[in-house]
Amino acid sequence: MSYSTLFTCNPSWGKIEDISSSTEEVFWNDIVENITNHNFRVLSLFGTPINDALHLVCILGNDSTSLLKISRFELINNTFQSHATIIPQIHLFEREIAEQFGVTVHDHPWLKPVRFEQDFRLHVKKNACGNMEYFQVNGEDIHEVAVGPVHAGVIEPGHFRFQCYGENVVNLEISLGYQHRGIERMLQGGPYPQTLSQMEVLAGDTTIGHSLAYVQLIETMADIHVSQKSELIRVVLLELERIANHVGDIGALSGDTGFLPTASYCGKLRGDFLNLTASITGNRFGRGGLSIGGVGYDIDFNLAATIAKQLKVLQSKTLSAIDLFFRSTSVLERVENVGKITKEDVITYGFVGIAAKACAMARDTRKNYPFGYYNAISYEIPLETSCDIFARAMIRRAEIVSSLELIHNMLRSIQEIAIQKPMRVNGVVLPSNALGISLTEGWRGEIVHVAQTDEHGTLVRYKITDPSFHNWTALSLAMREGQISDFPLCNKSFNLSYCGFDL
Amino acid sequence: MFFVLLERLRQGYNTSKYPKIEPILSPRFSGVPKITGNCDLTCKACIDVCPTEAIAKKEQSIAIDVGKCIFCDQCVPLCTHNNIQFTHEYRLASNQRSTLLVTKEVEKIGFQLNQQIQKLFKRSLQLRLVSAGGCNACEADLNVLGTPVYDLNRFGINFTASPRHADGIIITGPVTLNMKQALMDTYDALPNPKIVIASGTCAISGGLFQKSDEVCNGVDSLLPVDLYIPGCPPHPYTALNGLLQFLGRV
Repeated sequence: MSYSTLFTCNPSWGKIEDISSSTEEVFWNDIVENITNHNFRVLSLFGTPINDALHLVCILGNDSTSLLKISRFELINNTFQSHATIIPQIHLFEREIAEQFGVTVHDHPWLKPVRFEQDFRLHVKKNACGNMEYFQVNGEDIHEVAVGPVHAGVIEPGHFRFQCYGENVVNLEISLGYQHRGIERMLQGGPYPQTLSQMEVLAGDTTIGHSLAYVQLIETMADIHVSQKSELIRVVLLELERIANHVGDIGALSGDTGFLPTASYCGKLRGDFLNLTASITGNRFGRGGLSIGGVGYDIDFNLAATIAKQLKVLQSKTLSAIDLFFRSTSVLERVENVGKITKEDVITYGFVGIAAKACAMARDTRKNYPFGYYNAISYEIPLETSCDIFARAMIRRAEIVSSLELIHNMLRSIQEIAIQKPMRVNGVVLPSNALGISLTEGWRGEIVHVAQTDEHGTLVRYKITDPSFHNWTALSLAMREGQISDFPLCNKSFNLSYCGFDL
Repeated sequence: MFFVLLERLRQGYNTSKYPKIEPILSPRFSGVPKITGNCDLTCKACIDVCPTEAIAKKEQSIAIDVGKCIFCDQCVPLCTHNNIQFTHEYRLASNQRSTLLVTKEVEKIGFQLNQQIQKLFKRSLQLRLVSAGGCNACEADLNVLGTPVYDLNRFGINFTASPRHADGIIITGPVTLNMKQALMDTYDALPNPKIVIASGTCAISGGLFQKSDEVCNGVDSLLPVDLYIPGCPPHPYTALNGLLQFLGRV
């Protein structure tokens, strides 16, 4: 018998006093029981002040039944017992709590900094970024390779520490935090005029994914109705973002195997999909696309027709450019059986998104915890079984195809609805002492936003879990026993967000 | 090989004819703002809604700081006099921070040509990109300049892997405290003569992160900036135009 509070739809919210609180022992036993025997997994686990006392809040989700469970307990003496050895999927969440609130975590197997951020209450940083002891392997012929923060590509910074035996990687340790902008602390006391815009940029290539999680959470908590047309347009924007990034990723993978044809064509095609988003919102990344209460820009009959026509052209060009990649034996040599993780890794560490689907784990918020118009769509999650770079590329191809179909269906429905003016609700009133959860499927994977309000209805805590938070560990595991020269390819096959992790 | 050639025929030639031919951007693209009239003295609707405090009162009207503006258009519908419009002018770059200010009188973003810079880098500019807290949109839309549509290489501009091979450093992001040291080390590693480019609203003014105590609010406070490219993120043509103007190529 589980005591934790149940939510049955996404997004959801409830009064904090209705969320069952208990002792530390009952809290952990309940979580372990739900994970071991009832197929739940941890969506988020974080520290937050409730009535001036620090609590741990855990959100569990069951992918088959779509149930969400929340539980909490109040920390005693600012300390708790780590359970990362029993349920490894919480390892990083526990480290984050230790860093954000200066909590003493007993017996954590790997208690290291997460993003080198300030303590939420004391406003001090323990260490300069990257300054920590790195795991070392000793022995003759073992050498250490350090990459980053400034590294060769035109991408964000992060630090990678390899322990190598010749070309073989014995261990890869990843240290991030260079992109940390302090977003979670900036959101406290809001929502402010800049809050929605900040949601758009917390992971800039996932503008729609994150801003959708935010607006739908606020709309649920403030009881704001959204029109059907807005819901349809939101799906179009989210899926266009997904396609553009997947096309770009396959192009980048292609470039890294030295197969330039697909790299060049995908470079252009990604821009074409971004320009479709720009034809709706004026901005290639969809900035300004969503607003609380609806969408920032309408799609009328003609624009829908234009987009549909352009998509047909792009579909055939994209698939033929991508299939050239999958057909090339020199590419397949580089991507098959490289960068492998296992299905057990996915279950143990709680990986989500593309990394999970490539290991035949059906984790996709659009089906598991449907939101917005996805509640009316029957969606099949594409799965692969080989868990390697090839599988992750194939998942992207499959998602491009399914997203294109989804967009066509949405556009057909959009054409039947009259023009609507952009809806933007200013001056939102949130319920007091409440906790709300919202999940969306960003193009990398599952995004979790949790909002907590105080007695005035202002945000006292806003917890963001980007899919990269779970999945950076997958990169570490995939590189073990691999070749160090496969690192760029492996990194690109996951293509995780540095700023989504660092916030 | 046959399939590769067939695909090339199918995909066609993709490089745009810019700068010979003007690019066609989305009709909803927001470029340089235009201020057309005076305001009510007490009205602060646009100022209050602006996420980055880019709008300020100026005499009888307002001024928009394009180095802070994220082009979100939220101010436009709030003005009862319809004083604010965003034009399709994608040429936003400037080499002086002070010219990134649009008022009723000043409509265009000024650009002063620097003979010295053009003499040194006109035909070849090697750039090292450093992302100091960028959200990946600026980085992605700068990376795209290397793809066939924009093809930066045909102008002699290139992104290098090492700062030791670079003529200049192009910085995105508001410069997080965590990245500050790495940025300064990279700048120091560039051999002289060197230039600094700040790309994106965050790099110019801190953008949406101005109120955060984890960022340095842009590059200006740390390094001497030679080129500012506004936008959130700057459209690739804005960045390309900025670079070409800087080099005296347009």
